[in-house]
Amino acid sequence: MDVSWYIVLSALIFCTGLAGVLSRRNPLVVLLSLELLLNAGNLALVAFSRMWGNADGQIFALVVMVVAACEVVVGLGVIVAMYRNRIPIDVDEMSELRG
Amino acid sequence: MSTGTWGWLILAFPLAGCIIIALGWRLWPGRTAGWLGSLAIALAFASSIGAFLSLLSKDPEHRQVVANAFDYINIAGLHVKLSVLVDPLSVVMCLIVSGVSMLIHVYSVAYMDSDRGYVRFFSYLNYFVFSMLLLVLASNFVILIVGWAFVGAASYLLISFWYRRATAVRAGIKAFVMNVIGDVGLVIAAFLLFDKTGTLDYAGVFARAPEVFHHNDGVLVAACLMLLVGAFAKSAQLPLHTWLPDAMEGPTPVSALIHAATMVTAGVYLIARTHPLFELAPTAADIAAITGTATLFMAGTIALVVTDLKRVIAYSTMSQIGYMIVGVSSFGYAAGIFHLMTHAFFKALLFMGAGSVISAMGGIQNMDRMGGFRRAMPFTFVTFTIGALALSGFPLMSGWFSKDSIIGFEFHRGGVLFPALGVVALITAFITAFYAFRMVFRTFFGEQAPEAVELEEGQLAHGEHVNPLTGEAEDTEVGFPGADHHIAERDWPMRAAMAPLALLSVVGGIVLIPGVTDWFEAFLEPSFKDSKYYSNIPGSGAEWLGLVLGGLIAIGGIGLAWLLYIRRRGVTLRLAERFRRPHDFLSHKWYFDEAYDAVFVRPIGNFGSFSRRVIESRFVQGFIVGGAVGVVRAGTSAARAVQTGYVRAYALLLVIGVLALGLYFLLQSS
Repeated sequence: MDVSWYIVLSALIFCTGLAGVLSRRNPLVVLLSLELLLNAGNLALVAFSRMWGNADGQIFALVVMVVAACEVVVGLGVIVAMYRNRIPIDVDEMSELRG
Repeated sequence: MSTGTWGWLILAFPLAGCIIIALGWRLWPGRTAGWLGSLAIALAFASSIGAFLSLLSKDPEHRQVVANAFDYINIAGLHVKLSVLVDPLSVVMCLIVSGVSMLIHVYSVAYMDSDRGYVRFFSYLNYFVFSMLLLVLASNFVILIVGWAFVGAASYLLISFWYRRATAVRAGIKAFVMNVIGDVGLVIAAFLLFDKTGTLDYAGVFARAPEVFHHNDGVLVAACLMLLVGAFAKSAQLPLHTWLPDAMEGPTPVSALIHAATMVTAGVYLIARTHPLFELAPTAADIAAITGTATLFMAGTIALVVTDLKRVIAYSTMSQIGYMIVGVSSFGYAAGIFHLMTHAFFKALLFMGAGSVISAMGGIQNMDRMGGFRRAMPFTFVTFTIGALALSGFPLMSGWFSKDSIIGFEFHRGGVLFPALGVVALITAFITAFYAFRMVFRTFFGEQAPEAVELEEGQLAHGEHVNPLTGEAEDTEVGFPGADHHIAERDWPMRAAMAPLALLSVVGGIVLIPGVTDWFEAFLEPSFKDSKYYSNIPGSGAEWLGLVLGGLIAIGGIGLAWLLYIRRRGVTLRLAERFRRPHDFLSHKWYFDEAYDAVFVRPIGNFGSFSRRVIESRFVQGFIVGGAVGVVRAGTSAARAVQTGYVRAYALLLVIGVLALGLYFLLQSS
């Protein structure tokens, strides 16, 4: 089985996500892009799993989905809390952690 | 019970008393703590009697019992056991220490009443007795040093007992520093002895000493001199004596117990205990005898002019310990220990009497303000006079026998040195009788002080809460007796403690009357059986000649005091005016404090403030601390610059990092 198409697609999605994380200022979009990154990884995992005929990769993909779900819950919760407190929804405005 | 068990019991009771009293410091109501402390010491005294009787039931060859508890140290050839040595010498010391302590505890029950530190006081006092008994019962140098340091600590705690008094705290520190000098001397001596003999057990050291040291061996003389440094610091002999007069800042029972009857005689005990070494190194023993004589003379002369009642007795203590040191270091052991015993009786009694008067005066210790207490305090007057008679060596009193047996021994030793020392001791005996009755006449005779009148009218004297030394107002809130502290001699425990001591001061001499009894000497004999000099004592005829001479001298001194202070009152002021320079010299205590101040205290103080100003603030704070802070600060400001707080910047860094790692592994694998 030729996995190169799957890998190329996975790489494209990954790069899209990376560009989104690095360039967008809206935390909601950043979160979306993060999901893209994770799912690109998932795709690669599944593809390699098929290639080797080993189910471990697919199980890993499931675990990643669980983590992603948790992360979305927390992330969205934070964003909603920020919105409620009238904090500007902009990742560059939120730089209280600077040294 | 076996002798060793009695020995351990002697130690156990005061230790238990100290701990129990201390743990219940909030619980003991009223005088409970005082009675508990007295009970603990009474039990220790009973155990001492038990040990004494069980020694008596053995035949003289087997009267040295060592009881082991466990191995204290056992490494690298150093084998030290935690063990007690019960032999006639230590039992006699135990009887004196625990007996006098018991009476002083009873006295303190009333004397310290209503003091805010009542419970603390008795815990300390029990701790002191435990330490002193440990010192006395030690069977090797390590335990001796432990006990030695413990009594130093107890002395410090009790001198500074009224810790709100600046002078008391200073006196405590002074005493502790002086005592630590002695501790160091003792430790060095132990090192030297261990180095040569390979053991620290008394028995082992004394058995090996004749093999490894020749007569007057340099190392042995050095070790003995180091032992003497310890003994002199503890016993307040020249040149380490300056702490004792200042130690009178402590409560009067403390002065009676620690700074008269027991602790300060530890040096005498040490010399007697290590007599086989001193007999091998007679040079060191001669130095000790000369120093003791110098001290007894110097302290006697200072006592002539000091006006502080307790300090007169303190100088008298130094002087009397000088006698004991002369006695034991010229190998008249029985005489020295005998004087130690009688001195413990009459000096504790004198301090108790002084305490009564001082409490009647509301804390004032200056004899210039006292007078006429004879009728106001008849009991104190009688007991104090008995103590003074014993101190003067008045015929048939205990001090008469003991002091003159030392002086007699000096003349009997022969040569040039010892009779010369004996002459000085005789001259000082005259001075002693004079200053003893100077105290009596100035305190109890003459014009009545206002306090004496008040007492006679049935009122209690009231305290002025000022420091008798500086005149500063005292803080009575913490660590100082309260307003209703002053009870004169009216409380029965004080009288109950003074009466037995007065009796002993009179009859204490019967244990060693030349030609009549030799119980004391015979009982101590097993401890000194290896001594060449022990049986070499003057004949009873010569001793009686000495006793008659000593009695005449005492009566002469008392007569002179009577002449100057009763018959022709006021003549002393004219004499002081006439001999202004010698008087100044004496009232400045031979300028020892001033000299030490100039030689040690002030240079070290100046060095300290120099270090603080230059080394500490410039070098340590400026260079080392400042430099380290500067380096860290520069590093952190660089690290802070990286932390922008922009999430996207962190993400970019992360990506770059991952890319760099990926690139690295790619290059590696190709």
